[in-house]
Amino acid sequence: MYVAVKGGEQAILNTHKMISEARRGDPAIAELTLTQISEQLRLAVDRVMAEGSVYDRELAALALKQAQGDAMEAIFLLRAYRTTLPRIAMSEPVDTSRMTIRRRISATFKDVPGGQVLGPTYDYTHRLLDFELAAEGLERVRATSAAEPLEENVPRVVDLLHHEGVLQEDNDDGNDEVFDLTRQPMSFPAGRDQRLQSLARADEGFLLGLAYSTTRGYGFNHPFVGELRLGEVTVEIVPEELGFPIAIADVTVTECQMINSFQGTAEQPPQFTRGYGLTFGHNEGKAMSMSLVDRSLRARELGEDVRHPAQNEEFVLSHADNVEGNGLITHYKLPHYVDFQAELQLVRQLRAEYEAARAVQTKEAAE
Amino acid sequence: MTVRSDTSFRSAVSTDAPLKPGFADPVFDSQAVFRDLLVATAYPGRIVSLDRKLTAPRPFSSATAALCLSLMDFETPAWLDTGLDNNELTAWLRFHCSLPLTKTAANARFAIVSDPANLPPLQAFHQGDVEYPDRSTTLIIQVPSLADGPAMTWMGPGINGSIKVGIAGLPPQFWTDWDLNRELYPRGIDVFFTSGNDLIGLPRTIKVEA
Amino acid sequence: MSGTMNTDLGGDGYNFAFLDEQTKRMIRRTLLKALSIPGYQVPFGGREMPLASGWGTGGLQVTASVLGPNDRLKVIDQGADDTTNAVSIRRFFHTVANVAVTESTEQATIIQTRHRVPEAPLKEGQILVYQVPEPEPLRRLIPRESETRKMHAYAEYGTMQVTLYEDIARFGRIARTYDYPAIVNGRFLMSPSPIPKFDNPKIANNPAMQFWGAGREKRIYAVPPYTTAHSLDFDDHPFEVQSWKGCCALCGSTMSYLDEVITDDKGSRMFVCSDTDFCTTHQAKAAAQTKVVGEHS
Repeated sequence: MYVAVKGGEQAILNTHKMISEARRGDPAIAELTLTQISEQLRLAVDRVMAEGSVYDRELAALALKQAQGDAMEAIFLLRAYRTTLPRIAMSEPVDTSRMTIRRRISATFKDVPGGQVLGPTYDYTHRLLDFELAAEGLERVRATSAAEPLEENVPRVVDLLHHEGVLQEDNDDGNDEVFDLTRQPMSFPAGRDQRLQSLARADEGFLLGLAYSTTRGYGFNHPFVGELRLGEVTVEIVPEELGFPIAIADVTVTECQMINSFQGTAEQPPQFTRGYGLTFGHNEGKAMSMSLVDRSLRARELGEDVRHPAQNEEFVLSHADNVEGNGLITHYKLPHYVDFQAELQLVRQLRAEYEAARAVQTKEAAE
Repeated sequence: MTVRSDTSFRSAVSTDAPLKPGFADPVFDSQAVFRDLLVATAYPGRIVSLDRKLTAPRPFSSATAALCLSLMDFETPAWLDTGLDNNELTAWLRFHCSLPLTKTAANARFAIVSDPANLPPLQAFHQGDVEYPDRSTTLIIQVPSLADGPAMTWMGPGINGSIKVGIAGLPPQFWTDWDLNRELYPRGIDVFFTSGNDLIGLPRTIKVEA
Repeated sequence: MSGTMNTDLGGDGYNFAFLDEQTKRMIRRTLLKALSIPGYQVPFGGREMPLASGWGTGGLQVTASVLGPNDRLKVIDQGADDTTNAVSIRRFFHTVANVAVTESTEQATIIQTRHRVPEAPLKEGQILVYQVPEPEPLRRLIPRESETRKMHAYAEYGTMQVTLYEDIARFGRIARTYDYPAIVNGRFLMSPSPIPKFDNPKIANNPAMQFWGAGREKRIYAVPPYTTAHSLDFDDHPFEVQSWKGCCALCGSTMSYLDEVITDDKGSRMFVCSDTDFCTTHQAKAAAQTKVVGEHS
């Protein structure tokens, strides 16, 4: 009996074997290597690192391989692995104005100090399937480099606006203890540190939908891309025994500073406000969505009416994590027959009472 | 896959006297002591003899030391009635628990009173917040005996009916303070009494009558 | 799950019971505070586990923090030891803690459960760990945590009473069959997790320790031994539990929670105990007494 829901250990072990078979596919085809994945599926690896909150291309590639390319499953694998890692140190704040730029654009000025740098982007590719790619051993296309390298420190566009006073300053001096989403339960109202951490590892699609909604009347955002930049930044720590910072890694990040107009209130002068987005790897859609949602979640702080989903921090932050959301939704696959039996009993009883009452009514009407 | 116990190593600290040891096996000793603490909290008033025995730094008893090793770390600022001048004790707590010590009782997650004569009013400690009553101080009071003091009747969650408990050495105002503590419920502090290698739990829910 | 456990890149194995010692200490402190404030949901820094959230990660973290080498662990889902997720969780602990496992309620020192309280009475010292998908009993009425937290702070539970009374007005009874809210120790409104209301009376004044772990929502709460847990009701509509006309088709029990099993496509069905250990034990006792098992319904 109960073959459908009761599975022995043997059956479970067999599912592991079956998934392993499905993962490998046709054994006559060469197996993917982790290097192939991390080199040639770069953006998939970037997304898994960002939402998995571990900067390690090899592990992310392994997760993708193990998950047969399912980003959410790969993110979950990386998160679970992350739990077991000891915490060695807290890094110093990363300075993105010292980024080694590969791409950098601003929509707010025709030209900006340091220049507009298009870099590697799909933006102006025509989305035509490239059948040449279907063939293997294609000759490698090489981009031409400029004669002069980019300046080393390219100033951030928003910093230029600060000098004029028309853009609201961020008051955080970086000295306060930072909330740690991976060690502390979320609490509301959330500080901006908690919010940005949550958004940085939030599901890309969920953020995109929310950000989209703010531009269609479900919010008050009038966004300008102050700056979007992609490149490598240096992560530093200060070991107790040294007392000065040492570099431990260079990581690729995408940063978006979104500028929004703001009318001002009695307390605050008219000025532009900011939304901030930062992700591991190359992930522009995510960084832009994040900066829009960050701005829209500042509604309360800026004295705006909280009327729309993207302004409601409990709604957004509680539902943004795809490991949590996916877990709860898929748990409905688990047996629920005890509760279903309880509900079945009740519905049968209510149904019998309903039929009895109707029978009486029909009889009365007939008389 | 191998199962190992996580024996975290630390570099030696140079002190004049050699530091008293902590748990021989941090993973399993902490677990065993925690289970005793769980039983003591779940069944208030019962004397629970700890499974592990320690050579504790003065003036701590074995039970007080075991409780510290089992529950405290860098996330739990602690207050000591001995002050912070007892170098052997503070070095031991810092070394084995990475314990931050605070001079302000109201900021303490744990407070350790090794001589009940030094016990401040209970209201000096963190009472918990209205929305987060769990943030209150847990107080450890080391007493001369858990049985030879005046017999009091304890009632409340974890106690089947009532139980007689004779904690010795408490200052006279302690039980008056305890009544005030109960009035704050669900805020309020929670207590462990320790003596030798034994302890008794007194969570905030327990009503105590003479 | 096993895929994660086999990941070899970390070099050496995992810590006993998977969690690192600092995490265990944090959860242990939470468990003690939970016992000190019965029914109150203590927030804790829940970790990401190698099991999907919603699949018992809260229970898993509680169990991992209390578990020791001398324990005997029982894991049930829907009352059964052989349901898939119960098997999977039991395997997890067998792998990461090498702990002894049992199907016997009586012999278990720790029982992790989803959706049921065992039928056999528990004893002092035993630990029952419930898996909880949604710890907040008011959540379906009030989605915002900032509001429900205030309601608990000031014991404002009128909204829940009104909701239940609306059921009575509409259906003539409280139309809640599982996850039936109870007031613990006269103070905190608590979700017993999605157990059938049949099991609610077992929570009250139980000699064992009971903990609820909600991993995704990062909350832990407890009912200490010998503590009241009053299922909400009204004077004119007192709380009552499910009952069945027949008895278990396998062991003949008339006092256990029964699952309905469809036996063919013509609508035939039978009822059997949801608690597999209880049913097996009951069958063995009945066989020993060579009594004839009662007729099927």
